[in-house]
Amino acid sequence: MSDELPTPTGVRPGGPDSGAEHELLDLVEENIEQATLWGEAWKTLRRNPMFLIGGVIAVLMTLIAVFPSLFAGGVDPRDCDLTDARQWPSAAHWFGTDLQGCDYYANVIHGARISLSIGLLSVVGTMVLAVILGTLAGYFGGLTDSLLSRFTDIFYGVPLLLGAMILLTVTEERSVFTVSLALSIFGWMTAMRLVRSSVITVKNADFVAAAQALAATTRQILTRHIMPNAISPVVSFMTIAMGGFIASEATLTFLGIGLQAPEISWGLQINVGQSRFSSAPYLVFFPALFLSLTVMAFMLMGDALRDALDPDRN
Amino acid sequence: MAAPVLQIRDLRVEFRQKKDWREVVHGVSLDVGRGEVLALVGESGSGKSTIAMSIPGLLPRNGRNSGSIQLDGQELIGASPGTLRKIRGRQVAVIFQEPMRALNPVYTIGWQIREMLQAHQELSKEQARERAVELLKLVDIPEPERRVDSYPHQLSGGQRQRAMIAQALALDPQVLIADEPTTALDVTVQGEILELLHDLKGRIDASILLITHDMGVVADLADRIVVLKDGAIVEQGDAHQIFYDPQQPYTQSLLKAVLSLSLEPVAAELPAPEPAETPAFDLDHGVIEYPGGRGRKPFRAIDDVTLRLDAGQVMGLVGESGSGKSTIGRAAVGLLPLASGALRINGLDLVTADAGQLREARRQVAMVFQDAGASVNPRWPIGQAIAEPLQLHTDLDAAARDARVTELLDRVQLSRNLRNRFPHQLSGGQRQRVGIARALALQPSLLIVDEPTSALDVSVQEKVLELFAELQEEFGFACLFITHDLAVVEHVADRIAVLRHGKLVETGTTAEVLMSPQDSYTRRLIAAVPVPDPREQAQRRRQRRELLGEAS
Amino acid sequence: MIRYIGRRLLMALPVLLGTSFLIFAMVYALPGDPIRALAGDQPLPPEVIAQLRAEHNLDDPLLLQYLKYLAQLFQGNLGTDFAGNPVSETIALRLPITARLAIVAIIFEIIFGITAGVLCALYKNSWFDNLVLVSTTMVVSVPVFVLAFLAQWLLGFQLGWFPVAGIANGWFSLILPGLVLAALSMAYVARLTRTSMAETLGADHVRTARSKGISELRVVTRHGLRNALIPVVTFIGADLGAMMGGAIVTESVFNIPGIGRAVFDAVRNQEGPVVVGIVTMMVFFFIFFNLVVDVLYGVLDPRIRYE
Repeated sequence: MSDELPTPTGVRPGGPDSGAEHELLDLVEENIEQATLWGEAWKTLRRNPMFLIGGVIAVLMTLIAVFPSLFAGGVDPRDCDLTDARQWPSAAHWFGTDLQGCDYYANVIHGARISLSIGLLSVVGTMVLAVILGTLAGYFGGLTDSLLSRFTDIFYGVPLLLGAMILLTVTEERSVFTVSLALSIFGWMTAMRLVRSSVITVKNADFVAAAQALAATTRQILTRHIMPNAISPVVSFMTIAMGGFIASEATLTFLGIGLQAPEISWGLQINVGQSRFSSAPYLVFFPALFLSLTVMAFMLMGDALRDALDPDRN
Repeated sequence: MAAPVLQIRDLRVEFRQKKDWREVVHGVSLDVGRGEVLALVGESGSGKSTIAMSIPGLLPRNGRNSGSIQLDGQELIGASPGTLRKIRGRQVAVIFQEPMRALNPVYTIGWQIREMLQAHQELSKEQARERAVELLKLVDIPEPERRVDSYPHQLSGGQRQRAMIAQALALDPQVLIADEPTTALDVTVQGEILELLHDLKGRIDASILLITHDMGVVADLADRIVVLKDGAIVEQGDAHQIFYDPQQPYTQSLLKAVLSLSLEPVAAELPAPEPAETPAFDLDHGVIEYPGGRGRKPFRAIDDVTLRLDAGQVMGLVGESGSGKSTIGRAAVGLLPLASGALRINGLDLVTADAGQLREARRQVAMVFQDAGASVNPRWPIGQAIAEPLQLHTDLDAAARDARVTELLDRVQLSRNLRNRFPHQLSGGQRQRVGIARALALQPSLLIVDEPTSALDVSVQEKVLELFAELQEEFGFACLFITHDLAVVEHVADRIAVLRHGKLVETGTTAEVLMSPQDSYTRRLIAAVPVPDPREQAQRRRQRRELLGEAS
Repeated sequence: MIRYIGRRLLMALPVLLGTSFLIFAMVYALPGDPIRALAGDQPLPPEVIAQLRAEHNLDDPLLLQYLKYLAQLFQGNLGTDFAGNPVSETIALRLPITARLAIVAIIFEIIFGITAGVLCALYKNSWFDNLVLVSTTMVVSVPVFVLAFLAQWLLGFQLGWFPVAGIANGWFSLILPGLVLAALSMAYVARLTRTSMAETLGADHVRTARSKGISELRVVTRHGLRNALIPVVTFIGADLGAMMGGAIVTESVFNIPGIGRAVFDAVRNQEGPVVVGIVTMMVFFFIFFNLVVDVLYGVLDPRIRYE
């Protein structure tokens, strides 16, 4: 519906993801012209405590996701001893042990990988769909725009969780890949609208007219002028969306529709822990803490990034 | 002179940036006499608006002031918010520029005027509404009974400004602050508003503090003038003294930089050049339309216009907003298609040309945009922006392109060091030079220039126009110079074409059109331009009244 | 205005059809086998399977199946669940509960979200502004199910202020789930109001209003808030349309027998007709509320009304 809505859907407040940050650093090195622009944003970001907090957590979580055994101190999360079940946190087991007597700290640490992978994969999937469809709709306008926008509206009517839930239920296959796919399929619409409106704004700028007047080809105009200028609002949005996808995955899993044991996932841990909450609240507390911190990290960075890249700032 | 109504002494205004206070007005003292029009004049950054906004205490939150402002003996600096509130509107009223943004879009103008009245007087809704209608009548808004219920966006720019003035006059203020009251308006509308202000000056008791950068407006209205530069007074005196006998070098240079419509016959009329075989630009019964929304008719921006521009000539394309002047420019560089008619560039018809020919034609035409900052990619350093045409249309390698960019920077008198800067790091004048350099990169035979100086301060405008004239002479390109400013056209153009509502009103040599305009619209347009010379402006005002009398 | 609404309605129809077809296709065309799911673990005799397939038109091409479904739909027949109860009955039973929950949530959004946003804009960078910034960041960061769980535990079990599950206590039982359902949007409303209000207060027309000598309260409410609320009101309207989807998690955690819970159960049991029926209805409401928002926009902003 109403694509003219003042982004009701939108803009979840938040911060940049590790992916975007790496990308940001690459840009600084590869492209002199972008260096200064992103460099300026970087200067602002460096002094923003919210960004720094979010950044540190995001980097830490990324490291944990990449090298879990390093952080778990070599403890195998699946090396369990039933006689040790449900022990409160102690020096031996920092986060206690779970129902099977597995070291809970190692389990929580190993949960990071799934969350971040699904977040990243979903963001990539969303980005691909959103950028392609949004750019086409925004740049060509007219019938192309109408058709693509209605197509987007159709998906927009299905709530993200519900759509992913149905898709995952009927396909009966729950892997990191299928969950990410389901989240991407029902999560790209807001980003597409953002890309579309961003492209329309840039398309009407004089420098695009100037390039057209020089008989630059459509491809040159899109890749050299429109995309680089239309991308900054999308980058901050996708950073925020990364947090959103991580939360969605945990929710699906918590509801029993996402990943299933023996996968190690925060959502699963919370699901299992909730039934023992009164006797062993730490079973919910630690995975929920890690989950929330991770989501918050991306929200904070996305928020800060959006402010830093805001053209009105200059 | 009787006791001044407003007395400002040693006014200092500071703004906080991060943690530091930066002073932008440095101890200004001035008086505004009863019933007089005092103009505050200066370029951007001179502090003229800041001084005026200090009076009713409307500085932004991060601003503070010190010194003394006395209104009829009452001290305003340090006055309580309650005191200031009673003064605002009732004793000091403000006419802001850009009424589209200065009026609240969600209320009718009647509502907004009523609010002003009811804030200070015990009036019933009906009484207030009646008074609002009277006020709208006072400012000559047609059908005031109906217009009183209009929303701002339903009015034309001129009517909005009239409504704004009506609101300011509602409570018979002692001091009326007019902050660039005509800046955002079309020439003829500006003329009408000036006429209204002039007329009101005689009918109301208020003193007017006029803030403007337009010396023509000053010459038209001001009794006395205060010239400001960088937050300090350079010179003040009565209008005649400032205009005819300025003492300070800054005032002299400011006045010199102002282009005025001299309307003096050119000493020796150049013999009309032999019409070249192929004109550089030839629009033949051209029609250009913008597609209408669903079910709506397309909007005809250009309607059957025939124009011809010979090689090496400069033609001023003049008109008000909506006249279609920019549309012609955009069509000439191939950004808009013709609905019918023919558009030939150097003999090649763009309508029938094939892709290859079009590409070649685009090489021959370049455009300088109004907002030079927006016409280059904000993510590119200007060196790359200037090189873009070379990259697209020549086989030059990187080194050769670099050399050419250097050459172009030199030609437009920009430092070579600037090539790695980004557009937003340059000043307005520098950006416009970048726009020109880029346009000249391929040595076009036809240049389209769209309002290149309208956003610039007069002293900068003067230099940019000088540069333009120099380059035109050197490179000999033909040029369509699009502008609303007749004074600029008089200085740069060989010929003038006047457009209105998409139709060609009149065309001829600059002297013909300006000295003996044939069409009544052209006459009105010329008459509406205020010239920066009080005596001459007074005379023109009389002529203009006669002209309008004729028309009605 | 009438034409504007008419055009919107006309645009909404294909979207409604498209979305319901999307759901229909997902449920009936993807690899999973609805009949097998229906049977559970017990193998069914082939003739029973054949009969069931025929009953649900499963042997027709997908588009035909959908058209047959639509034809039924227009006769008010949303199909039946596996137990033989009409889906429309389920909806009639469950929808009022979710509607009540949504109303509670919207009230929270309006009261807390808007108030916090306005205060933040008025006292920018104050301790209150920072507090709201931090707390909204936390609220949007903690996934809803964790939040629900926390609220249930703290306010329900520990403090015993509110009932923790079910709807036995009428409206009172809905306060806690309503708060959780509203939490995320409340945070957005607060931020949106803050941004919009701050922007409006910096606008030229607010300076004009000040120059008229009206009271500061009037400047803030009649000129600031009146204009700043336009995007906020439209956000809340659109959010109301999306609330049924949001209720899935909340209703599951708080064990509220609303429409969200119903669709969740239906998805888990793979009851195709129920899923398609309820989701189609949700989409209908979603589109309806967006339409309302469009109209509201016109009412609030004369520039759109007189387009």
